[in-house]
Amino acid sequence: MSERRRETLTYLVGYALALVLTLGAFAAVKWPIAAAGTTLAIILALALVQVIVQFRCFLHISLSRSSRHDLLLVLFASLIVTLMVSGTLVILFNLRDRMM
Amino acid sequence: MTQPSLRHAGINLGGTQEDPNADAESGIFGFWMFLMSDAVIFALLFAIYGTAVAATAGGPTPRSEFKLDSALIETLLLLTSSLTVGMGVLAMKYDATRRPVFAWMGVTLALGIAFLFMEWHDFSTMFSHGAYPTRSAFLSSFFALVPLHGLHVLAGCIWMLVMGAQVLAYGFDTRVKINILRLSLFWHFLDVIWIAILTVVYLQGHVS
Amino acid sequence: MQTAHSPIWPGVLGRFTWHDLPFVRAWENPTASEMIGAAAASLVIIGFVVTVTLLTRHRAWGRLLEWVTSLDHKKIGIMYVVIALVMLSRALVEAVLMRMQQAAAVGDPGFLSSDHFSQLFSTHGSIMIFFMAMPFLTGVINYVMPLQIGARDMAFPWANSVALSLTGGGAILMMVSLVIGKFSTGGWSGYPPYTGLAFSPDVGPDYWIWAVTLGSIGSTLSGINIACTIFKFRAPGMTYMRMPLFCWTSLCTSILMIFAMPPLTVATALLALDRYLGFHFFTNDLGGNMMNYANLFWLFGHPEVYILILPAFGIYSEVVSTFSSKELYGYVSLVLATMAIAVLSFTVWLHHFFTMGQSANINAVFGIATMTIGVPTGVKIYDWIWTMFRGEVRFTVPMLYSLAFMITFVIGGFTGIILAIPPLDYVFHNTLFLVAHFHNMLIPGLLYGLLAGYTYWFPKAFGFRLNERWGRIAFGCWVAGFYLAFMPLYVLGASGMARRTHEIFQPDFRPWLYVAGFGALVLLAALAALIVQLVVSIRERDANRVFAGDPWDGRGLEWSTSAPPPEYNFAVIPHVDGRDPFYDGKRKDGYYQRHVAYGAIEMPRNSISGVVIGLGATAASFGLVWHMWWLAGLSMQLVLSALIARSFVRGSHRTISAAEVTATEHRWHAALDADRPTPRACELSQRNTGLAEIPA
Repeated sequence: MSERRRETLTYLVGYALALVLTLGAFAAVKWPIAAAGTTLAIILALALVQVIVQFRCFLHISLSRSSRHDLLLVLFASLIVTLMVSGTLVILFNLRDRMM
Repeated sequence: MTQPSLRHAGINLGGTQEDPNADAESGIFGFWMFLMSDAVIFALLFAIYGTAVAATAGGPTPRSEFKLDSALIETLLLLTSSLTVGMGVLAMKYDATRRPVFAWMGVTLALGIAFLFMEWHDFSTMFSHGAYPTRSAFLSSFFALVPLHGLHVLAGCIWMLVMGAQVLAYGFDTRVKINILRLSLFWHFLDVIWIAILTVVYLQGHVS
Repeated sequence: MQTAHSPIWPGVLGRFTWHDLPFVRAWENPTASEMIGAAAASLVIIGFVVTVTLLTRHRAWGRLLEWVTSLDHKKIGIMYVVIALVMLSRALVEAVLMRMQQAAAVGDPGFLSSDHFSQLFSTHGSIMIFFMAMPFLTGVINYVMPLQIGARDMAFPWANSVALSLTGGGAILMMVSLVIGKFSTGGWSGYPPYTGLAFSPDVGPDYWIWAVTLGSIGSTLSGINIACTIFKFRAPGMTYMRMPLFCWTSLCTSILMIFAMPPLTVATALLALDRYLGFHFFTNDLGGNMMNYANLFWLFGHPEVYILILPAFGIYSEVVSTFSSKELYGYVSLVLATMAIAVLSFTVWLHHFFTMGQSANINAVFGIATMTIGVPTGVKIYDWIWTMFRGEVRFTVPMLYSLAFMITFVIGGFTGIILAIPPLDYVFHNTLFLVAHFHNMLIPGLLYGLLAGYTYWFPKAFGFRLNERWGRIAFGCWVAGFYLAFMPLYVLGASGMARRTHEIFQPDFRPWLYVAGFGALVLLAALAALIVQLVVSIRERDANRVFAGDPWDGRGLEWSTSAPPPEYNFAVIPHVDGRDPFYDGKRKDGYYQRHVAYGAIEMPRNSISGVVIGLGATAASFGLVWHMWWLAGLSMQLVLSALIARSFVRGSHRTISAAEVTATEHRWHAALDADRPTPRACELSQRNTGLAEIPA
């Protein structure tokens, strides 16, 4: 398989997976089969998977040696984003609960 | 299974070039850092949205304002444009002729503009219901987050036009190639952000 | 009817009124406070006029242009430090005014109006953090780091120039606020809702928002640039674990800049949306929540503390090792401690608002995380002490700063542990105890470090040593002034005196305020000594030349070039095989290898576009502050056009010919051959020409 075909295939696989995951999330909201909390967890999980798919297939972040720096950067950014977002939500929700 | 080794960060610059170009490598890596910095901005706006989504102050609510159908169409537009921009980069890498690159990039640009029109339509519909950003903290945080993504898409569209002019002026020289690679990273990145917006803003608004 | 309070020409000048000029205010209401405001404005104008006159008289406009359009990391670094020193002077004078006011205002209104006093503490803090500390450390990193890793320039020389002019633009905006309008009264952290439209409809918070935003965008760019340079531009053989420690701390600082400046940008941008477009992020009504702002601001604010302190840690590591003539003790532990501090700094931001009302459990988690940071910092202190142990310590000015730092910083660390305990924080929160604590961290942990670095690397940058005697006088004043000015604040804070107090009603506080006021004057004397030192050194420069480039028997690659280094830094990119490549290399004999001929070198050409973007962004900010929408719009377009135009530029490099490189290198080698090596004991004498003697 030529390099070009392989790379094209990567994009196409990514596109297909992204489509399936998006439509899945829509379906989970449009025709709910579970309680609201579960549905929310499902769509968040689907989004997380899709983000990973896009990083892998479109942004070419992988475990290979040549993109090691990028991988580390993305992982560090994820750590910081997780700390900031979860910290913000925990603190602000805690404040709201205590003021109600 | 072994992965094809990518010579350059993010996207392979050119299979035909023999020496790995240090400029390209640092140029792309620096752009990655910018993207991650930008990602923190979006992440914080998401966090703010999360804290403000219930603060509707008796005004419009997520469920009353967000239209799932148009959100789905917007998602498909952006997702497809992400594929076409990738095809454009592959065309630049393997064909290195203008025509296929312009074709793919033209499709991407058209999809981007269509997305912006859809989004503008959504906003004006919201305005017609009185859902202005000044109405409540919920709407303020919505109109900080989603239009910021829209502004990024607009910037990407302008960037695409500029790159088109540069291809006409200089052909595919190293700087043009690096900038088209950066542009494609930017565009894919906006798609990732949109997935988060779709989930956290639009879909969550309709989870009862 | 037209009065001084109504806009003159709203279509063009926005909301500007005659009353916005401090001279008009002083004329209408000639109090001491207004007079001081008018005097400050006059100083800015006189300074500007004098600069313009001098430039014209000496026909130096061309040289100025040559400098500001330069993409050379060394020139950019020097310009950053110049901005920092100018802003330091202003902010220090403001600090003295505040101390004088408090000393005078026990049971008395004092000589400053409360509004003026509030502007002073707001500008003092904003300038010291964003326009003194940030440019100073960015400048030193810019100058030194590429030389240390054996690179010829930064990864993105043009972005470097843009970052400089954005930072400079922010500083210009700060100075303009003295002459036109007024500054924010909301403190350096600018908490809404007070800084929102409902309580501060004036231009003050807008000046703060845009000046800080310019600085923060500039810092993000610098961070990306520094990190990318260190990741991708190290000389062959320089693995991560062979980098000088200053490069490690620069790397961690730059990563913090990349990830910690965005929260500030978001905070100021959302505040601007509130103020300009009537959004409700931080307002009191319609669901706004100011606690979101406190959270956002300190998400930036705490990592910022480490952005400020880490480069100084790196400088101390270099200085202590060089002047103890010993290899840095515990290199690996210092690197790990730096990384640990960088990551932990993202986990403690809540300790800036323990009293906001979240549950005790959350406070406890962040309190413990805060104390954890003390551990890697303690490791570093021990490493420096062990580096000195059994070394041949020379008490030069940079070394004295390092010693003063180690003692003073530990005291500040102890009070930090006190403040990290939430119940105690409830007592000390918002008192002068806190003010004393963070000055106790930042003065030794930042100012002493950067002054040590300034003294240490000055000969490298300009080719002559700074005057040692005036350096010692300045050092003595900085240290004595610090203790006199801030130790009383611990007592006052523990006795319950609130910070930012304009008028004091407790007579018992008077003696402490007098001591603190005297300390502030000593600090002012320190600044004066620093200026005298610079002037004296420039006068005596010919006697103190160190062209050979190695006045302190240095260890890193930065000492292996001439002083000042040629534009291209290294004629031949060095190959590195250890942690102290130059120190070991010159002992193995043959570091100063003369080549018969050198190759041509490509360096970036000057570019005006960085300055255009910086000034355009400044003009746009000014337009936004005064609601001159036409100016804001046009300037934004200018910025965008310059950005696009620059992307079309090709041939942005010029070639330094092989003949020119060869001539430059041969001139330096001729000087090296003529020089007599200086023993360490004589390094402070005029015998020191920059060639270190290798002790047997």
